[in-house]
Amino acid sequence: MAPDVSLWPLLGVAVIIAGFVLRLNPMIVVIAAAVTTALIAKYDIAGTLTAIGAGFLKTRNLTLAIILPLATIGLLERHGLRQHAQAWIQRFRNATTGQLLIVYLAVRELFAAVGLTGLGGHVQMVRPLIAPMAEGAAEARHGTLPDKVRHRLRAMAASADNVGLFFGEDIFVAFGAVVLITTFLHGSGIDVEPLHVALWGIPTAAVAFIVHAWRLHRIDAALVRELGPPAAQADADVATTEAAA
Amino acid sequence: MNNALFSLPHLYILAGLVLAFVAATTALDRAHPRRFGSAFFWGFYALVFLAGDLLPPAWIGAGVVAMAVIAGLRRIAPGPHAMPALDEYVARAKRLGNRLFLPALAIPGVAVVATLLAKQASVGGVGLLDKGNPTLAAVGMASVVALGLACWLTRETPTQGLREARRLVDAMGWALVLPQLLAMLGLVFSDAGVGKAVAWVTTHYIAMDVRLVAVAVYVVGMALFTVIMGNGFAAFPVMTGGVGVPVLVGMFHANPASMAAIGMFSGYCGTLMTPMAANFNIVPAALLELPDKNAVIRAQWPTAVSILVANIFLLYFLLPRP
Repeated sequence: MAPDVSLWPLLGVAVIIAGFVLRLNPMIVVIAAAVTTALIAKYDIAGTLTAIGAGFLKTRNLTLAIILPLATIGLLERHGLRQHAQAWIQRFRNATTGQLLIVYLAVRELFAAVGLTGLGGHVQMVRPLIAPMAEGAAEARHGTLPDKVRHRLRAMAASADNVGLFFGEDIFVAFGAVVLITTFLHGSGIDVEPLHVALWGIPTAAVAFIVHAWRLHRIDAALVRELGPPAAQADADVATTEAAA
Repeated sequence: MNNALFSLPHLYILAGLVLAFVAATTALDRAHPRRFGSAFFWGFYALVFLAGDLLPPAWIGAGVVAMAVIAGLRRIAPGPHAMPALDEYVARAKRLGNRLFLPALAIPGVAVVATLLAKQASVGGVGLLDKGNPTLAAVGMASVVALGLACWLTRETPTQGLREARRLVDAMGWALVLPQLLAMLGLVFSDAGVGKAVAWVTTHYIAMDVRLVAVAVYVVGMALFTVIMGNGFAAFPVMTGGVGVPVLVGMFHANPASMAAIGMFSGYCGTLMTPMAANFNIVPAALLELPDKNAVIRAQWPTAVSILVANIFLLYFLLPRP
């Protein structure tokens, strides 16, 4: 069967995949894909540059939330915010990395579900507070961490922020996704209540929380497996052995 | 609508000034290993924020291509930053103690309160927040308030704040620009009809009359298409128009609300797994100084795949029995 749409634009997708497989610089890959796709869509060179420039201008809002908090966070880091966050969590002797990240996941998802997506974020919360606390809680139990473990804890802290945000915000009625869904379905001749769309999001949002919380919980066991039992518990073991002797 | 105090155009100027400071200090920094490439990179990016609307889009496009070439040839690098020793940090942390948390928590705190009050608040007849983008405007306002608080608490000047912002911008490097570049690509893709081509391929080569297959194609298709485009919003109209409405609703009488909600969430699973969603996956890896740029994706994919499987079963068992 001959396609009734042009399949040539898929070449742009191929450029992206090839670029990431070859591990070229992502900026170059994206520009190459954009130029390929625009030329296929029968733009000339000037038209291609215009499409790239106009698209880049239209999406400036994406970078704002990253750039604007930087001065505050940087200043606080200069005065030891990250070190203090580590020391602060270590006061809670029994707090584990897994528990801390589960609490953060829950708070992030619940706030996003009522539309308060401003609470959280990688620049404002994860880098200065959540990641150092996750590392601090692990250090309190296991001593200095190897870099590999430290990096994995940081990545898990970032993942808690993402999962909480994504699966929380979609069950908020006024969020863009729900608006997009109802608008699109209306265009296809189907009318749905925004509230119904939001409510039908809840089962998946619950699955997302359970799955990710379970994986965060398993961090604690993985730390014990790789780095040995927590310091306090090891002391207790020594005491029992001595008593037995 | 855009004459609010914290409106998008005002916030663009604010971000542009931060980037202009980064560019200027880089250009004047004789000890910088990649002085001119980095200065041009950040200087042009500052220009996009400060005067983007006044320049012809083709010029912006040419500049963006130049930025990509600079990044590709590794002509951009972090500058030298004098960092205090670790014990100095610990000593400073002891001095301010828990008060350090105040400005940090003021960013989310003020943002949340401002979002809640956004509709009413005004200053001298001018609205406080951009009504079209209340969350973003609230984060912008919160950043300004928190910077004031941080300067007062640490007795530093806002200029020192800008120097610290430069340190963090340098730590992220070109990854900071990637989200915008990918969003631009998404616009070019949809302009050229990439979505239509993908929908045609999926609907013409797969047996859609088996209900489990149809459900799986919709759910996995949303995720895969989001992986390619980096954005569930771009995937939703394509997959729902191509598979969801005609097959799941039309042939199998799915409830449109549950189908659409589960479909959109399947797209979000894709977002968790793709470097194309740079602001959620690549920027945090750079920000957390992880050597592996895909470390956050590696931390997320098992969760994403589990949710996708759950979504397939959820949607399948929600279909009315024949």
